[in-house]
Amino acid sequence: MASEMNPAEAAGSAGMPQLDFSTYANQIFWLVVALVVLYFVISRIAIPRIAAVLEERRNTIASELARAEELKRKAEEAEAAYEKALAEARAEAHQIIVETREALDAELKEAQAKAEEEIARMSAEAEARIAEMRESALAHVAEVARDVAGTVIGAIMPHLLDEKAVAQAVEKRVKEVSR
Amino acid sequence: MSGGFEIEPMEQFVVRPLFGGGEIHWYTPTNVTLWLFVGVVVASALLVLGARGRAVVPTKAQSIAELSYGFVHKMIEDIAGKEGLRYFPYIFTIFMFIVTANYLGLVPYAFTTTSHLAVTGFLAVAVFLSVTVLGFVRHGLGFLRLFWIDSAPLALRPILALIELISYFVRPVSHSIRLMGNMMAGHAVIQVFAAFAGILGLGAIFPIIAIGAVYGLEVIVAFIQAYVFTILTVIYLNDALHPGAH
Repeated sequence: MASEMNPAEAAGSAGMPQLDFSTYANQIFWLVVALVVLYFVISRIAIPRIAAVLEERRNTIASELARAEELKRKAEEAEAAYEKALAEARAEAHQIIVETREALDAELKEAQAKAEEEIARMSAEAEARIAEMRESALAHVAEVARDVAGTVIGAIMPHLLDEKAVAQAVEKRVKEVSR
Repeated sequence: MSGGFEIEPMEQFVVRPLFGGGEIHWYTPTNVTLWLFVGVVVASALLVLGARGRAVVPTKAQSIAELSYGFVHKMIEDIAGKEGLRYFPYIFTIFMFIVTANYLGLVPYAFTTTSHLAVTGFLAVAVFLSVTVLGFVRHGLGFLRLFWIDSAPLALRPILALIELISYFVRPVSHSIRLMGNMMAGHAVIQVFAAFAGILGLGAIFPIIAIGAVYGLEVIVAFIQAYVFTILTVIYLNDALHPGAH
């Protein structure tokens, strides 16, 4: 009955155009055409294209990550090299300090030795001069003592004056005192 | 059709010839034909032109294309595994077709192709037949293990097998009517409220708010129903690929 009527009218009377089976062949035919077209567009163009974009992005991200890793490694290497150089410089500085100290010490010791030697030499000289001076002073003392003794004896008892004996006695006494 | 108090919520679903009147033959271009191809063009434009730039940092359209691709791709991989990805172009076509048709149906004066049982029914039957054939081709009679539940007690198995068998044949019915019903109901409700608004005239605050609310709901439903149809397709595909794995 419905197939003899105009589809729109049939739908209107039936209430639900969805149940108007006279349009089914038409709808399904065009649906199949549309689906086939969409399927070819999607499977031949859209999917390869989107897959390529996603793949490219994945590769880009992977390569960027690899590059970042590489740069990080380089930075770490540079840091290690810097640390090494710093340690070397420190060791070298230490070495220089030690060497300098040793050199200074040696120089100082040498100078000290030289000074001590000089001091020893000068003190020896001084001692020699002192001894000489003392010697001559003693000689003068003996002479003065002899003169004084001779004069004293000559003044008190001139008859007993024996210059030779006085000299001997004085000399003996001086030697005793100076010892 | 006389008088001012006419609400025709179903009138929007009537199939009409595009050019002139007359009978609808199987080849007659109709409003269904027009909107089917608008859908094809929009979906193709989104996927093909959107990804045209092939930019590493995507544009908006390219993002949508890539998100749709990734969404369906991941769905298949999660549910049906790597083997399921062989059927990715078919599933992706179904998803793009339905989601585009659902959203185009929300454009005022548009025709919602997915609100027709002929369309959703054909899709569901096509999925049902393909999956069943695929199951038998891949597993032979082993595909029948889908109905023979090893984990159940032996005595219950024949009964369960019968229930499973019935539910298997009910699949295309629920599969198609769920989508068509959701699409049709939302549009009919909007139409009813729109008719109320027309009757109430300037005082039609409530119907207008209601139209806005229902429309917002329909925007969500449009996506959810496309998602549900696609995920059920993938689940059926998984049953065909791994019939023993309950």
